[in-house]
Amino acid sequence: MVVTGGGAAPVPLSPGTRIGIFTRLFAIQASWNYELLMGIGIGFCVEPALRSLPGGPDGPRYHEALARQCRYFNAHPYLASVAVGALARTELDGVPGDRIERFRTALCGPLGSVGDRLVWAGWLPVCSLLALAVYGLGGGPLRVVATFLLAYNAGHLALRIWGLQAGWKHGMRVATALSSRVFRDGPAYLARAGALLAGIALPVALARVIGPGQGRGPLAGVLVATAVGSITLVRMHGRAEGWRIALGVLAAFVLYATVLRHG
Amino acid sequence: MTLLPIALLGAVAGLDVVSFPQAMISRPIVAATVGGAFAGNAGAGLLVGAAVELIALETLPVGASRYPEWGSASVVAGALAAGAPPGSPGPVPMTILAALATAWVGGWSMIALRKWNAVRARAHLADLERGSATTVNALQLWGLTADLARGAALTIISYSALRPVVDAAAVHWRVDARTSRALVVGAAAAVAVAAVWKVFHWAPLSRMLFGAGLIGGVALVVWS
Repeated sequence: MVVTGGGAAPVPLSPGTRIGIFTRLFAIQASWNYELLMGIGIGFCVEPALRSLPGGPDGPRYHEALARQCRYFNAHPYLASVAVGALARTELDGVPGDRIERFRTALCGPLGSVGDRLVWAGWLPVCSLLALAVYGLGGGPLRVVATFLLAYNAGHLALRIWGLQAGWKHGMRVATALSSRVFRDGPAYLARAGALLAGIALPVALARVIGPGQGRGPLAGVLVATAVGSITLVRMHGRAEGWRIALGVLAAFVLYATVLRHG
Repeated sequence: MTLLPIALLGAVAGLDVVSFPQAMISRPIVAATVGGAFAGNAGAGLLVGAAVELIALETLPVGASRYPEWGSASVVAGALAAGAPPGSPGPVPMTILAALATAWVGGWSMIALRKWNAVRARAHLADLERGSATTVNALQLWGLTADLARGAALTIISYSALRPVVDAAAVHWRVDARTSRALVVGAAAAVAVAAVWKVFHWAPLSRMLFGAGLIGGVALVVWS
């Protein structure tokens, strides 16, 4: 592949190298830690491209570039593909090391916040709610699991593929790719779709978990408990996590149902 | 012998949470269902997975934040639900409790692993600064292997410890099925609604759309 734009000299990148980088993206957080965060993973993903530097994998430029790419880095794991593409391009374009360092630092914030809003707070809950709706509407195990995995990973893979290509294509001017409407307006569209889906999915999924033949009495009680519980949680403004409270409530209930009531 | 396949599944689901490939096979609605299928009853796993998924909507795996590890925990819960004695209302609340407790411990184990990864990275900092590809590959491989082992160990310990507890709870359960299910669902729903509010309420029209969806969803329940 020969690309233009983003740097002074177009750089060829073989299909094998591109596939190598792409497959490594799935393990970008394999050595995630509290000091370098995903820095080593970035180096791991960029490494196949660095072999094309003058001198090859034994040359000083290769080692210098790999060392630079393994330093501290943080981003959303899927959108890190943008950074990997762009950083590989800058290294092969022969951009000076100090400029790459500054570029690398500048990428962290946007790639983290955009990815968190788009994926973790958008696409993931939307796909979860879609699967819960399918479950609530009577879907069997295979249909529910397939719905979730196919929907979620269509977006997941598309984002990784796009990110790598956009990063490689734009190099140091990759900010233009991140200003696309998908990132600007996508979270709001997903939030609206998620709100609509949540309204449909929650009652049907809850009714199915309660089970048939239990009458509508439990559902009415559950709706009241849900309203009171959720309003309380929202008003706590994150001072307590709901899953911890649920853990405490269930533990107390299990104790009551097995020990206290038994006695 | 179901422990070995369940342990392998728990390891893979635990690995998927962060390290590889983050395809969200670790989400409760997937992992618990497959865990249930491995133990012979995918439907039981799906029921528990749906309830835990509602609770898991609250925790977003954002960056360096600390969150429960739902992957291995959901496999354990699905397998426990699938193998529970039939007829008792106890296993559903018990297996959801098992999922939450295991996810909590799993979250701590992920933090420990990240600290351990940092110790290993620090020990090899000079090699990393020399640009050694061998060191990079070794650290990545170490991270993957350790995370896989973490998920397997968590699954084995949790499943082995909780299997007799769930069985005993099924025998000694003294609350009727209606109340048991209603309490579980109420707890899960309260967390889920609060989570949906937290994640989506900022967007224009989202409250109206939620209300419209709720009317449609309740109508579906009433008419079905």
